[in-house]
Amino acid sequence: MSAAVQLADCPALAPGYRFQWEPAQQAHVLLYPEGMVTLSGSAGEILKRCDGQRDVEAICRDLETAFPGADLRGDVLEFLADARDRGWLHIDG
Amino acid sequence: MAESAPPAVAQPGLQPGSQPGSQPGPPLWLLAELTYKCPLQCPYCSNPVDYTAIGRELDTDEWLRVLREARALGATQLGFSGGEPLLRRDLETLVGEARGLGYYSNLITSGVGMDDGRVAALREAGLDHIQVSFQASSAELNDWLAGTASFEHKLEMARAVKRHGYPMVLCFVIHRENIEQVESMLELAAQLEADYVELATTQYYGWAWVNRGALMPTREQLVAAEAAANRFRQQRAPAGMKIYYVIPDYAEDRPKPCMNGWGSLFAVVAPDGLALPCHAARQLPGIDFPSVREHDMAHIWRDSDGFNRFRGFDWMQEPCRSCDEREKDFGGCRCQAWMLTGDAAATDPVCGKSPRHALVDEQLLRAAEVVEQPLVFRNPQNARRLSGGIGDSD
Repeated sequence: MSAAVQLADCPALAPGYRFQWEPAQQAHVLLYPEGMVTLSGSAGEILKRCDGQRDVEAICRDLETAFPGADLRGDVLEFLADARDRGWLHIDG
Repeated sequence: MAESAPPAVAQPGLQPGSQPGSQPGPPLWLLAELTYKCPLQCPYCSNPVDYTAIGRELDTDEWLRVLREARALGATQLGFSGGEPLLRRDLETLVGEARGLGYYSNLITSGVGMDDGRVAALREAGLDHIQVSFQASSAELNDWLAGTASFEHKLEMARAVKRHGYPMVLCFVIHRENIEQVESMLELAAQLEADYVELATTQYYGWAWVNRGALMPTREQLVAAEAAANRFRQQRAPAGMKIYYVIPDYAEDRPKPCMNGWGSLFAVVAPDGLALPCHAARQLPGIDFPSVREHDMAHIWRDSDGFNRFRGFDWMQEPCRSCDEREKDFGGCRCQAWMLTGDAAATDPVCGKSPRHALVDEQLLRAAEVVEQPLVFRNPQNARRLSGGIGDSD
């Protein structure tokens, strides 16, 4: 379960999970059977890009364009591994 | 939602919707009890005992309005329950509207009234998830408790749910008659490839309160069942199958944080349009709960006496009022306080700090000593008998 996430991996939301913006909470949320997680701003920005098409390398580049000057790779990899271990994401190479 | 666990159990990750003393946050969870009608007769049903006397069901347009209003307030999780929600022929219409509005919609069903075509049609309409309840892990006990031969059909429907790509929660309500099947329930869930399993120990509201002398497990049974669940979880649970074992609060010395606080994140709309902060609250005396037929959800959630009555901390008595754990459990369950003490504003007597804590033993735990109490099945005849002959619809 705790293998490192690779830059060539393509993360996607796990089946049964839905990601959306909630105006009432001013936050992105993850919805799943009978539950919800309210996401922090950075978690929302990362998950927004987990479409199963882009690999982690592309997600990081995109984030660095959106938030110039930040060195995000370490944090992104750590978050993706955590999100996968919580069952939110499926990650295939 | 006769057969479902309470929401506090089933929503890991839900954040509290309001801060003490401030405006309430959004009603994140809306439970739409579409009907009290049900083909099953489970003796632990949490529906009101006098359900046959409760007025005309909301029609499709009324439900559509409720869904829109609650979504505008920020509701995200929507449960369709009952009774048996599949009895409503407009279920697909309501599901379609819910999907369009951005709800995550959950169907809480016995599976009776479902067929493969309907599972597909609900998927097409945008339903996100189906929770199927079983009464037991064997056909014999399941069908006896349900009062109908339904076990084989439930198995078939659970397979259909998986086949159509839904995440599936299997729910078992646990009591004295089936608690020794905990291990085989988990085996069954694994065979059916459930994504989540809820083992919900019966809570004593509605019909379960009437039947508590027959349903209350002994302390030994509770301990053995919890151990069996833990053993299965550690040794044999398939990867990805999550098990929620809901331990009853009356066997503890602190109450459950019921509904995560009154009017904090949960609203129920009952079949007749009554809006309630929990599905058992209708029984509480002296509260004029609002109806969606007379008010919109914004008024109901923010301004009604019913939803404000036990919000925050100002209503509390001692020992809750000055307790440093009051933000943890919100004083426990108002309905349990009412049923056990006769005062809905009292500290939930489950709490070891309550001066009336002994009532839990007297009224609940000692019920396990009752040896021969016949189960009263939930059906219209028994409803009329128990509520003094009132009510004539079913």
